[in-house]
Amino acid sequence: MVMSWIFLGLVGISLGFSLAEGTGGALSEAVAKGAQDGITLSVSMAGALCLWSGVGKLMEKAGITGVLARLLSPLLGRLFPDTKKDPVLSGYLSGNVCANLLGLGNAATPLGVQAARRLAGGRTTANNQLCRLIVLNTASIQLIPTTVAAVRAAAGSASPFDILPAVWVTSLCSAGAGVTAAWLLGKVWPDD
Amino acid sequence: MIDYIVPLILLLATAFALRKKENAYNLLLTGGAEGLQLLITLVPALVMLLTAVSMLRASGAMEVLGNWLSPVFSFFGIPPETALLVLVRPISGSAALGVGAELMAEYGPDSLVGRTAAIMLGSTETTFYTISVYFGAAGIQKTRYTLLAALLADFVGFFMASLTANWL
Repeated sequence: MVMSWIFLGLVGISLGFSLAEGTGGALSEAVAKGAQDGITLSVSMAGALCLWSGVGKLMEKAGITGVLARLLSPLLGRLFPDTKKDPVLSGYLSGNVCANLLGLGNAATPLGVQAARRLAGGRTTANNQLCRLIVLNTASIQLIPTTVAAVRAAAGSASPFDILPAVWVTSLCSAGAGVTAAWLLGKVWPDD
Repeated sequence: MIDYIVPLILLLATAFALRKKENAYNLLLTGGAEGLQLLITLVPALVMLLTAVSMLRASGAMEVLGNWLSPVFSFFGIPPETALLVLVRPISGSAALGVGAELMAEYGPDSLVGRTAAIMLGSTETTFYTISVYFGAAGIQKTRYTLLAALLADFVGFFMASLTANWL
């Protein structure tokens, strides 16, 4: 539903501005051009997206997920103390974080949702660990941002992956800020 | 150095998979097919949103929005050209991808604006969507401070993206 309103808003604002400035010709041209751009972009992204989804699958089955899970377990144990007494939760959680790291959004969401259900335990108020899990998932932490690299390649970038270090630093700062804020807020926000 | 990261990932992933006695090539093919399926679900959204964003650009509304937000953005060192991207990013992933692609096409993928947009897209998530999916599935009604912390994380992401884009 939200997207319907956003679409209406974008089209309405464009029409309003165009009427005020008398740029009707450019506006109707832009409709045709925009639609074609959508297809052009999709086609030029296809190669990179196909390749990297394949590599993501390969990394998952090659046990790189398991290695990452072991590396992350001290950190996850600290953020989510319940994982120490609940091995199933621990599995879902590390699976969620690893899938996010590898950019496997389709695998990350079901695992994260399972972890969230276990953390919630049937209550309707979010506890601190659940809030932390969701903040961690809203701050994307991705080792290889494949979709963006595909868009860059499609736009003719000389080196689509040269943003990797910047993406890593930015992701770490953003996730760190989110988790720190959640941790501080969790101390003062009433848990009723 | 950075030029070798990607080929190295390809090599290591294949070697590790073979060591685990997995059929590496078949995995590449199944994963690749899944990627194409994902793309197919994205195509209609990209067409609709690029149409709307292209209209917004042609109408001149984008410059007005940029001018209007530019003092706030400049204060934090975020390029005002990315205003629409920043506004749309937490709400819709495909819309943000469309806006980002437009920015890269207009300013060039290797320009400062293009890089900033790419780093923003790569290091943030669709916050509102994620929150509604997770809380919906877990049956949570009181979300407490989650949205506040998540939006703060997004803001730090936008800010750091603008900062790190200058280092490249």
